Amino acid sequence: MLNSITEFITALGKYDFLQSALLTAVMVGVMSGIIGSFIILRGMSLMGDAISHAVLPGVAIAYMLGINILLGASVFGILAAILIGFVASHSKIKTDTSIGIVFSAFYALGFILISMAESTTNLHHILFGNILAVSDSDIMTTAVVLALVILFVSIFYKELLVTSFDETYAKTYGLKTQVIHYALMLVLTLVTVSALQTVGIILVVAMLITPAATSFLWTDRLSIMLYLSAGVGVVSSVTGLYLSYTFNWASGPAIVLVAAMLFAVSFVVSPKQGFLFKKRTRKTEVEEGLKYETNID
Amino acid sequence: MIDIRDLTVAYDDTPVFTDVAVQFNAGKITGIIGPNGAGKSTLIKAVLGLIKSQEGTVTYNDRPFSEVQKKVAYVEQRKELDLNFPINVLDVVITGTYGQLGLFRNPGKKEKLASQEALKQVSLEEFASRQIGNLSGGQLQRVFVARTIVQEADIIIMDEPFVGIDLQSETAIMKIMKQWRDDNKTIIVVHHDLNKVSKYFDDLVIMNHGILDYGPTARVYNAQNIEQAFSSDLSDVLFEEEVGS
Repeated sequence: MLNSITEFITALGKYDFLQSALLTAVMVGVMSGIIGSFIILRGMSLMGDAISHAVLPGVAIAYMLGINILLGASVFGILAAILIGFVASHSKIKTDTSIGIVFSAFYALGFILISMAESTTNLHHILFGNILAVSDSDIMTTAVVLALVILFVSIFYKELLVTSFDETYAKTYGLKTQVIHYALMLVLTLVTVSALQTVGIILVVAMLITPAATSFLWTDRLSIMLYLSAGVGVVSSVTGLYLSYTFNWASGPAIVLVAAMLFAVSFVVSPKQGFLFKKRTRKTEVEEGLKYETNID
Repeated sequence: MIDIRDLTVAYDDTPVFTDVAVQFNAGKITGIIGPNGAGKSTLIKAVLGLIKSQEGTVTYNDRPFSEVQKKVAYVEQRKELDLNFPINVLDVVITGTYGQLGLFRNPGKKEKLASQEALKQVSLEEFASRQIGNLSGGQLQRVFVARTIVQEADIIIMDEPFVGIDLQSETAIMKIMKQWRDDNKTIIVVHHDLNKVSKYFDDLVIMNHGILDYGPTARVYNAQNIEQAFSSDLSDVLFEEEVGS
């Protein structure tokens, strides 16, 4: 074990491709942890999964036309978000059903487009990630997305907080909550595309929700949750990368399994869950002698 | 004054009420009562623009209501919130300043002080750093009242604020509502506990798929209206003392 770690570190010093992989893994870990926190707090895990699958046709078309993947993916990610919202609000169909229909259709379309583009190796990489084959331009793009994510969250932190916590209230004071929603969907799409390189389309959702859910178990404050979640994302990515390099595992599954392990450990030992340690106060009804009344309306 | 004219709201072609006309006065606490499904919450949600109305206008001092949205504070029924959200009491109150801050400005020292002051008014200052899930129903409701205080709104709309809370909290909230009334704000409260109607509300709106009657509580809250809106049994129970004496 120790041996393989030293070997990994020596290899890091020697090989450019491994350095690129590490850099990308760290950046993707940070951005998916941050955006993922908002996704899980808004109860949008399924939406995160949907958007990540729905970008596939965009990726395929970008390949065919030789344009930047981010551009193609963004168009389809946002299109999917709008369609999901449209179907849900203009029919009696519930949102989860609407998500299921739209994302599977987009995914299917993407699959066919990719096979038309005749690049089977690429398809495999897109689906499962190939962090060891990151190009310099990929790193640049990932850095730009990371900067965008950090800017977006710092500028609109209070809007993201209030719409995640109490959307109705935000509407009543006049905030355009729909704009915040679609802006978040756009940023989510960009993060998804960056995460394609490390974990692949199928497992992107794990990078979004697992580190965020892990950090949620450890803190009661949103700002701390964002940092923690980014940290858990980085640790998962880097450890996964090490496993991937050492045992020749696919990078995506390796990273995702590490994230899941961290979650499992937190689930057992974190104070919020209280399996091992009980939290100091649960409810204060007792202190106050609260009467319970059922709401008759 | 909030002036509602010809308001019609329907869910999927089934009208909740049609052509509702009612006024809410400044400097008054107005209660809205009526049986389950009478359209009380629907009325205030339509006023707030949270649900679409098919017809009608809502104005505040002759301006369309949507133009005065920043002057509105809304306290919804608590059951609709995620109490596990990673946020503490003080930060919830600070969200009350977001509307005035607008985009690109973040709450600073001034907003924090105002929020602490508001928490003091509802006697929750020692709970400032507690996660909101670890409060009792009454404490939580007082947190939202504190948020409403820092909003400095002219119109305050509360949906069932007293449901499932302790008497101490109820009294504290009522006291603050009376302060708002003295500041000439417009206060609207959806309410279900008929016992305290005369004690709490200056004006009253009685609904049952439309407005049955509205005006000063002393005039509107009578056996006949309650019988029409609810049932003769309820009306008998509530008004028998007066009849007997």
